[in-house]
Amino acid sequence: MSPQSAAGRDVPAPRHHVLSVLVENRSGVLARVASLFARRGYNIYSLAVAPTDDERFSRITVVVDVESAPLEQVVKQLNKLVNVIKISELDPRDSVERELMLVTVKAPVHVRSELIELVGVFRGRILDVGHDELAVSLDEHPARLDDLEELLRPYGIIDLQRTGRVALPKLERTPSTGLRAAG
Amino acid sequence: MNISGGEALIRSLELEGVEVIFGLPGGAILPVYDPIIDSPIRHVLVRHEQGAGHMAEGFAHATGRPGVAMVTSGPGATNIVTPLADAYMDSVPMVCITGQVPTPSIGTDAFQECDTVGITRGVTKHNELVTRAEDIPLAIRQAFHIATTGRPGPVLVDIPKDIVDPMNPNSDMSWYWPSDADVSSSLPGYKPTMKGHPRKIKDAAELIARAERPVLYAGGGILKARAAEALLELAEMTGIPVVTTLMARGAFPDDHELCLGMPGMHGNYTAVTAMQRSDLLIALGSRFDDRVTGKLDGFAPEAKIIHVDIDPAELGKVRRPDVPIVGDCRLVIEELTRAVAALDPERRVDLTPWRQTLSGWQERYPLVYEQSDDGNLLKPQYVLEQLRDRSPSDTIVASGVGQHQMWTSQYWRFNHPYTWVNSGGLGTMGFSVPAAIGAKVGCPDRTVWAIDGDGCFQMTAQELVTAATERIPVKIAILNNAYLGMVRQWQEMFYEERYSEVYLSPDLPDYVKWSEAMGCIALRVESPDEVGPAIDKANEIDDRPVVLEFRTDSGEKVFPMVPSGKTNDEIVVDPVQGEGGR
Ligand SMILES: Cc1ncc(C[n+]2csc(CCOP(=O)(O)OP(=O)(O)O)c2C)c(N)n1
Ligand SMILES: [Mg+2]
Repeated sequence: MSPQSAAGRDVPAPRHHVLSVLVENRSGVLARVASLFARRGYNIYSLAVAPTDDERFSRITVVVDVESAPLEQVVKQLNKLVNVIKISELDPRDSVERELMLVTVKAPVHVRSELIELVGVFRGRILDVGHDELAVSLDEHPARLDDLEELLRPYGIIDLQRTGRVALPKLERTPSTGLRAAG
Repeated sequence: MNISGGEALIRSLELEGVEVIFGLPGGAILPVYDPIIDSPIRHVLVRHEQGAGHMAEGFAHATGRPGVAMVTSGPGATNIVTPLADAYMDSVPMVCITGQVPTPSIGTDAFQECDTVGITRGVTKHNELVTRAEDIPLAIRQAFHIATTGRPGPVLVDIPKDIVDPMNPNSDMSWYWPSDADVSSSLPGYKPTMKGHPRKIKDAAELIARAERPVLYAGGGILKARAAEALLELAEMTGIPVVTTLMARGAFPDDHELCLGMPGMHGNYTAVTAMQRSDLLIALGSRFDDRVTGKLDGFAPEAKIIHVDIDPAELGKVRRPDVPIVGDCRLVIEELTRAVAALDPERRVDLTPWRQTLSGWQERYPLVYEQSDDGNLLKPQYVLEQLRDRSPSDTIVASGVGQHQMWTSQYWRFNHPYTWVNSGGLGTMGFSVPAAIGAKVGCPDRTVWAIDGDGCFQMTAQELVTAATERIPVKIAILNNAYLGMVRQWQEMFYEERYSEVYLSPDLPDYVKWSEAMGCIALRVESPDEVGPAIDKANEIDDRPVVLEFRTDSGEKVFPMVPSGKTNDEIVVDPVQGEGGR
């Protein structure tokens, strides 16, 4: 068994890498980060940016489509940017990841309850109800978003917007700190 | 005390110790030019902003202090993009101040507006658009700090007009001067690593002691780190031979018995082959540039690598090192010397056989050329030998880009650091005249020669007007082969002598008349016996720029040569030397 299949669906496509980049929260920083990828012709698959608890800093979570070797070089180049404080690559197996999705889906009366049930199974929420449509939100692991998206598609998706993933490293769970981990 | 942003900018430059600004004013930067009148800082008025940038670079190359250029918005800023890119590639400390349209007009396609920070993002170590007058002193302090520490490089500060214009309330600020602590706390993501990791240094020392065919592969970082003395000590203590890359010429004395000279595409046979056969390359502030390695997968196949650089991104970028050491070259080399000295001398391999092999190659494959018969065009190599032998040994030499650059690097004997001013990474034609001017401004007591090609000269020659006006007595040698010679050489060797768009004419322009019109003394030199006297005459002139035009043989090619895409084993030596070893 390959490591990918062992870890199951939690592992995104092999070329996808998740970087968590802590930067100064000021103008131009995102452009600097993005242009290091653009310069090399790498596609940014998704990107989420917001200030951290300390307003002076922002965290950029970026998913990129690169082989590992060139990624190492990009990470080093990113580290050279004066406004970048810290970069970590997050292995999906060692991190917690979330993404938010908003979907408007066709929901004529005869399938509406079926849809509501489906969204309920995913612990999504119905945000709005129209004549023939439902607006649904789901914040979950990105793979779960993929699943719901796929199940909703046959009903007719009118609009769909995802935020791109955000991620943090998993907390350590050694026996000595078992109490904390249990809490 | 309240002052205007413009005064604050000039005062900040004064406090940073700036002696000279190379620049040219325009609308957006006008308010900053007014306080310059009352400042002790010298301003050198250039004839094209590219000249200002290369002068700042030349100043920095020769003095080690950051060069400063100041230009206006829009076309002023775009004209200086090439020097910024050049300085970025060669890690030259430089601060560039650009004017910008007033803050309310930014983004409106105002007259002479361009997205300067956007355009220069990829060619600067850092850049910043300052939007409030009170931020100017800190922005300037940060710029100098970033430009000169870690791996040096160009930093650009973009200053909108309203925050420096005393007529505009936006320019009003209360003066302060940030402390060192203010600067470092304002840059939380910027902390260059200076000291090498002690364990890695120990590992490196072990490898050095065991190597049978080691080579010290010295790059431009040696000069940036002021590590030439430390390198000399390491080489003499270990007896390991040294190659100096194009960026490191002068970092180790050419006349030293351990010096092998320049490696790379046009390096000498021994330097190239020593690296190729080596079992340990000790890369010091060098970056495995493609012009040095040749075809990468055939480069130095048996060599282990110790790689020392202050920029962590260089380690493993091209060739994965066995021992990577992040740190300042001078500090790490000093540590390395101590670490090797501390090892039991019994355990150190005797390098005599290796040095004998090397001197065998040196004897067999020296640089060669055939002197021309009377009445024929001059050999460029002869001109360079004469220039070298008839000028003081601490002469500062700048060069353009092309065959003349390679011959200069090959034939000059660089015995002092900071005597070679050159565009290596970007290979910018037109570099030499303005860079020589900048170097002369920084080192007014030294002889400064620019060795230029006829093609290069035509790109930035107008700066000789600047030199004449400002009484900056640089000396220019044009090796006029009537061709874009380096391109011609490639077409001859690799395109079956199909010459496409490389002929320039020896007579048009008339270089002597042109130079005279720019306020220089100028001489044309056509026969070998005129070469020496012309150079002596030029070396005596010290009150204005001199231009010597040498009519050289366009058929002369630069050898040795590692053809592009080939491994260093396939080095082509001068045809008179046969096949080149194997
Ligand atoms: C700005 C720029 N344009 C084009 C080139 C490509 N190029 C490299 S060397 C060279 C020829 C230079 O001619 P010249 O100055 O006469 O020097 P020579 O090789 O004849 O000594 C050219 C066109 C370059 N390096 N820089
Ligand atoms: Mg030429």
